[in-house]
Amino acid sequence: MLQVENLTVYYQTLKGQVRALENASFTLADGEIMGLAGESGCGKTTLGHSLIHLSPPMTHIGGRVLLNGQELPLADMQKMDAYRFNEISIIPQYAMNAMNPIRKIGQMTEELLRAKKADVKTVMAALKDRLEMVKLPQEVLGLYPIELSGGMKQRMVMVLSTLLDPELLIADEITSALDVASQKAVSEMLVEFRDQHCCNSVIFITHDISILYQIADSILIMYAGQLAEKASTETIIHNPRHPYTRLLISALPEIGVRYSDKRLTGIPGKTPLLLNPPQGCRFRERCPLAFEKCAEVPPFVEIEPGHSVACWKEGSADA
Amino acid sequence: MRKYFGRKLLIYLLTFFLAVTIDWLIPRFMPGNPVANMLARVSVNSTAASVMQEYYTHLFGLDLPLWQQYLNFWANLLRGDLGISAYLFPKPVTQVLMNAIPYDVALLLPAILLSWLAGNNFGAVAARSKWLDNTVSPIGYILTATPYMWLGILLAWFFGIILDVFPIAGAYSFSLSPTLSWKFIGDVLLHWFLPFFSLFMVQFGGWAIGMRNMIIYELEADYSHYLEALGAPRSLIRRYAFNNAVLPQLSGLALQLGVIVAGALVTEVVFSYPGIGYLLLAAIQNQDYFLIQGCFLFIIIGVLLANFVIDIVYVLVDPRTRRGMTGEAA
Repeated sequence: MLQVENLTVYYQTLKGQVRALENASFTLADGEIMGLAGESGCGKTTLGHSLIHLSPPMTHIGGRVLLNGQELPLADMQKMDAYRFNEISIIPQYAMNAMNPIRKIGQMTEELLRAKKADVKTVMAALKDRLEMVKLPQEVLGLYPIELSGGMKQRMVMVLSTLLDPELLIADEITSALDVASQKAVSEMLVEFRDQHCCNSVIFITHDISILYQIADSILIMYAGQLAEKASTETIIHNPRHPYTRLLISALPEIGVRYSDKRLTGIPGKTPLLLNPPQGCRFRERCPLAFEKCAEVPPFVEIEPGHSVACWKEGSADA
Repeated sequence: MRKYFGRKLLIYLLTFFLAVTIDWLIPRFMPGNPVANMLARVSVNSTAASVMQEYYTHLFGLDLPLWQQYLNFWANLLRGDLGISAYLFPKPVTQVLMNAIPYDVALLLPAILLSWLAGNNFGAVAARSKWLDNTVSPIGYILTATPYMWLGILLAWFFGIILDVFPIAGAYSFSLSPTLSWKFIGDVLLHWFLPFFSLFMVQFGGWAIGMRNMIIYELEADYSHYLEALGAPRSLIRRYAFNNAVLPQLSGLALQLGVIVAGALVTEVVFSYPGIGYLLLAAIQNQDYFLIQGCFLFIIIGVLLANFVIDIVYVLVDPRTRRGMTGEAA
């Protein structure tokens, strides 16, 4: 189980601090696949990366993260190495270029395992089964990354990242570069990985809510570096409470609606710059329900079991 | 595979033909001719001069039409005959070159290889050490940017005149004759050191800067970040970065090795070192067509051979070139 408490991460830049992640608190149950969604630049990748590789210019400002009750030494690059790959792993956004171009994949895997002092023989044997799970032939181990197609590389990296059965897997935009059919295949493989205990919990970062609807158990919506709402997938899709989530969901195309008759609506306005973000609720400027109280930061509170929202209109007052 | 090398070989042969043709043409574009140059060095009366002129012009085959000179040149070349040097008359050009080549190889091979090895390793270390990068890298920049002849003269002046520890001219002392004795070998090494050292320093700076930049680039590559995120030890990440960064350096090395026989013209002039570079300068000053052709022929062969070798090496070390190869063959 993963517990994130008040995690705050800024980017140190020449112009000042970019407040990319502010006071994030949430929990992730065993075996839960949590979708992490939001617009570009809302801090979802920052959140994902800060859990595994919090390197400059990212700086850890505050908060802590517990994995199975143990606090992670987030800001300590050396100490975190013991957790990386073993306990927490990542399928990066750049999976297409994630492998050393001048090493055969099998050789690279072995070198990596040996360097991590893993039981090379056992893991390499398990690797064969994993390849079958993602429908890759055994021969890929004797190939160079360039000899694989984009989809194959994506699946190969997926297998590589989960080789040591991590407790937490961060899947960063793994479907973004793929066509719709491969998107579905890859996300279903991820679910199978979870079911086969190749990894325990998953944070699935994406901006594609329709994918999440198919595979995620819960969805966490972020806006401009702050958490907006977290609930089960069903609740987020059918009964969202945060005004941002509502607008976001209503902007999704629906089956059976002809958009030649009715234009698809978006959310007017732009996301604020995080270099000098507005005080209070960062969605205030674009929110149809905003009132004076929104000048204060709304707390991220649980309004019903498993459903948390950061909005003054919800939480205490309403319900 | 065979198709790839077949095609490469064809391109190399074509390049060789064109380069050698240009090599033949260029000296002949110079105003004047070698015979006039030779005769200018001797003072004889005009009748004798015109007889000698006729004799030498015929001897060098310069009285034939140009197209026939050109064909004769190729015919002789294929028989391994490069003609007779006008400047060092009557020595054959091949013999003149063979005497000079050992000096070039002994000077340049160690300078190029050692500076490559040392520069690459140093550059790789400097890329990850702020301290080294801030102190020694600027020296590398200065060394590479310095006009070489000035650096050479400075070294010769400092070590040869001020400290008086190294001789500044020649390949060995005039008082000695080449024998296989310790005294002679020691003397040759002493003469060899300054030209070697000056070349080493300048090239070392260049390699180190190149490698430093390549390593920084590779450490920012996606595969490095992925390994970091998986908590791989620094040693593995650095090794991968080095292996990737060294590839472009390899082609640079090949080009350097290719011009070995060309000698280091400036070095050899500054230190009066009797290699091909020194010879080439003398040949040009004396309009010695045949010696110029011979020198350039060696340069052409050297560059082409080095390129061919590196083509093969690249196929062995970089899988990406291998894929391009099979892709084209398919």
